[in-house]
Amino acid sequence: MDRPRVPMTAPVLRLSGITKRFGPLTANDAISFELAQGEVLALLGENGAGKTTLMNILFGHYVADEGTVEAFGKQLPPGDPRAALTAGIGMVHQHFTLAENLSVLDNIALGTQPLLSPRFDREKARRRIAEITSEFGLAVNPSALVSALAVGERQRVEIVKALYRDAKVLILDEPTAVLTPAESRALFETLRKLTAGGLSVIFISHKLHEVMAGSDRVIVLHGGKVAGERRTADTDVHELAKLMVGREVLPPAVEPVPRGAVLMQLDGVSTAGPGVRLDGVSLRLHGGEIVGIAGVSGNGQATLAALVAGMAAPSSGSLSINGRPEAGWSPRAALAAGIGRIPEDRHSTGTIGDMTIAENVALEAYRSPRFSKSGFLNGRAMRGFAEQVIGDYEVKCPGPDARIRLLSGGNMQKLILGRALDGDPAIILANQPTRGLDVGAVAYVQERLLAARARGAAVLLISEDLDEVLALADRIAVMYRGRLSEPFSRGEKTTAEIGAMMAGAGSDGAAHAA
Amino acid sequence: MTEALEILFTASFWVAAIRIASPLIFATMGELICERAGVLNLGIEGIMVVGAFAGWLTVYLGGDLWFGVLVAALAGAAFGLLHATLTVPLGLSQHVVGIGITLLATSLTYFTYRVVLPEVTSPPKIEPFLPVPIPLLSDIPVVGPALFNQTPLTYLAYVTVAVVAYVLARTPLGLAVRAAGENPSAVEAQGISVTAIRMGAVMAGSALMAIGGAFLTMSAFNSFFFEMVNGRGWICIALVVFGSWRPGKALLGAVLFAAFDAYQIRLQQLSGGVLPYQVFLMLPYVLSIAALVLVARRATYPKALMIPYQKGER
Repeated sequence: MDRPRVPMTAPVLRLSGITKRFGPLTANDAISFELAQGEVLALLGENGAGKTTLMNILFGHYVADEGTVEAFGKQLPPGDPRAALTAGIGMVHQHFTLAENLSVLDNIALGTQPLLSPRFDREKARRRIAEITSEFGLAVNPSALVSALAVGERQRVEIVKALYRDAKVLILDEPTAVLTPAESRALFETLRKLTAGGLSVIFISHKLHEVMAGSDRVIVLHGGKVAGERRTADTDVHELAKLMVGREVLPPAVEPVPRGAVLMQLDGVSTAGPGVRLDGVSLRLHGGEIVGIAGVSGNGQATLAALVAGMAAPSSGSLSINGRPEAGWSPRAALAAGIGRIPEDRHSTGTIGDMTIAENVALEAYRSPRFSKSGFLNGRAMRGFAEQVIGDYEVKCPGPDARIRLLSGGNMQKLILGRALDGDPAIILANQPTRGLDVGAVAYVQERLLAARARGAAVLLISEDLDEVLALADRIAVMYRGRLSEPFSRGEKTTAEIGAMMAGAGSDGAAHAA
Repeated sequence: MTEALEILFTASFWVAAIRIASPLIFATMGELICERAGVLNLGIEGIMVVGAFAGWLTVYLGGDLWFGVLVAALAGAAFGLLHATLTVPLGLSQHVVGIGITLLATSLTYFTYRVVLPEVTSPPKIEPFLPVPIPLLSDIPVVGPALFNQTPLTYLAYVTVAVVAYVLARTPLGLAVRAAGENPSAVEAQGISVTAIRMGAVMAGSALMAIGGAFLTMSAFNSFFFEMVNGRGWICIALVVFGSWRPGKALLGAVLFAAFDAYQIRLQQLSGGVLPYQVFLMLPYVLSIAALVLVARRATYPKALMIPYQKGER
């Protein structure tokens, strides 16, 4: 197979033989590539493939053990965070580095004027922002407070911020993670305008579709090494997936399962906050089905999950389990009702990092006679259960007495899965169950959810990953501004239609906003 | 009843109100700078004690009044440096460190006092700052003497508010300070050291707190005695919240609180012993809590306040 030829113009960025070791782990293993002027290069790889380490080396946060970074023909001094900035390399982080209570202008101009100068020249900054926004068609309002902006607009501010500093190379880390499909398309159009204007772009991603949609060339990282390099036009999703994972990846097999009785029912449920309030949400969960909730982060999914988990109660409307309306809905009531809960955030709500694996897996049932008697914990039973989960779910860990903090995300998620699915719960809440996991762990979690469905459980799958919802869910509903659409069967609507719903098309919320 | 209202229209009442407000203004501006940078400085009470003592002692030992102010500011900055070292690069709990600084600074002051003046029973007096009327302006009825027949330190307090407001709103440094209190990683991403910004803000703020303390011994009274700061530092922390972290509104809060305080002293005299005087002493605090509840409920506090920043973490 021919390696694609690097364009003939001099590279704006050249990484040569970058190697970085953390103890026994080699995070980057002799990585070399070049970025040509005016191209969009995608850096594709799973979590742990070494993308973040590479960027930290480029920006001087880490010093590489071997190898060099050259920008515009000059070698960057290692370990100097300012070097990359002054060389004209700008970074747009996944978690924006914006101060919310400051104006757009203040955020953009922060640190661009001498710190001890007696006056901050806002007019100069305003003129320069106007130039940039008109040149690249990036609309931002300099006077607005960042806290008033939508996520897509904040990202635009970050891009303008980099351009304000004369960035010639723009690096975007997982840029579409928080965007709607329409916002993602707008972003890719912006990137085209930037490259047409002579800039060069690297975007880092683990999403195959956006790599196909937005890049000219792809470099795939796997296990800290360059696993392949392709022109985007010459490759496809399957080949890239194989390079990224290192083996053939098959989509999960979804067997047809007869739909059972209604196990959980929400009728016109609204909540009073805190967080995004639910507004008249109705939903039925049948046994033997997975209902997927799609939507852009922050539209009420967290509240819906809290409601199902018992952590929020309806302010109006009703919630019924097996046809019986529940009064006094609480976390304990949810556990008593047999709801298995996979929380969104493994670290903050799923586990207690400094407690042991045995303690963590017994957390939801420590009051039951199984794990405690007359107010005393039964350590042996807890450890026994932990060992059982470790065995059944193939958790890689030192043992039941290890602190759970030390585990990788995938192994932690397997333990949570073991805890949530223990005793075959009839209703399962899976909130972002695969976020941040590598492809192998994703497949494992998805198989377990499908197995639960096959035995007749009702699964509520909340995910910001539309591909995952489309792959697993029997029925799908879209959440937008606290409202839930009518559920529709898989295959009934196209991805574009669902994307439009995620952006508010056809919902009452959009009508209010318009 | 009319007598109680008439008080509000006397020049002497407003002169007292501004005088009582002056130390609060300094210390509130100091706390405000710290908090805008993201550091809650609970050392304020102790640092005011240090300032009161250091300024007074300098003058007592023969120093010039302004030199005393400078020494007080430097002593405050030194305790600020200690506070900042513990809370910024080391990232310790700002609550615990702040209370520790207050206890340390207070005790160290009382200890030093006893070492310097082992056998004195009544504290020696100094020649304090005297009121300097500003020509023409001080002739305006009521407002004139209240604002413009005060000691130079009060005038310095006015200037301080203006400078703090200008620096925070209109200079690149002020922007960096505010950003450090909102999202330190935004500051670090621009190659500016969050540690330097925060430490500098805490030191500058602590210096102002100490000048606020020095006002008490060098302008309001002419001597140093124990318990003279008497919770003023804690009031300033509330005033920062009352002012929604804005210098102008905080200034207003300080004057308002001081007016309550001046008012209750006069009410005590009017009431003729019908009510216990403690009831009146309580009044400004009760009113401050009420004002805080009304005004500060929707205040947007600096997002990174009290959150230590460690480079490379999110």
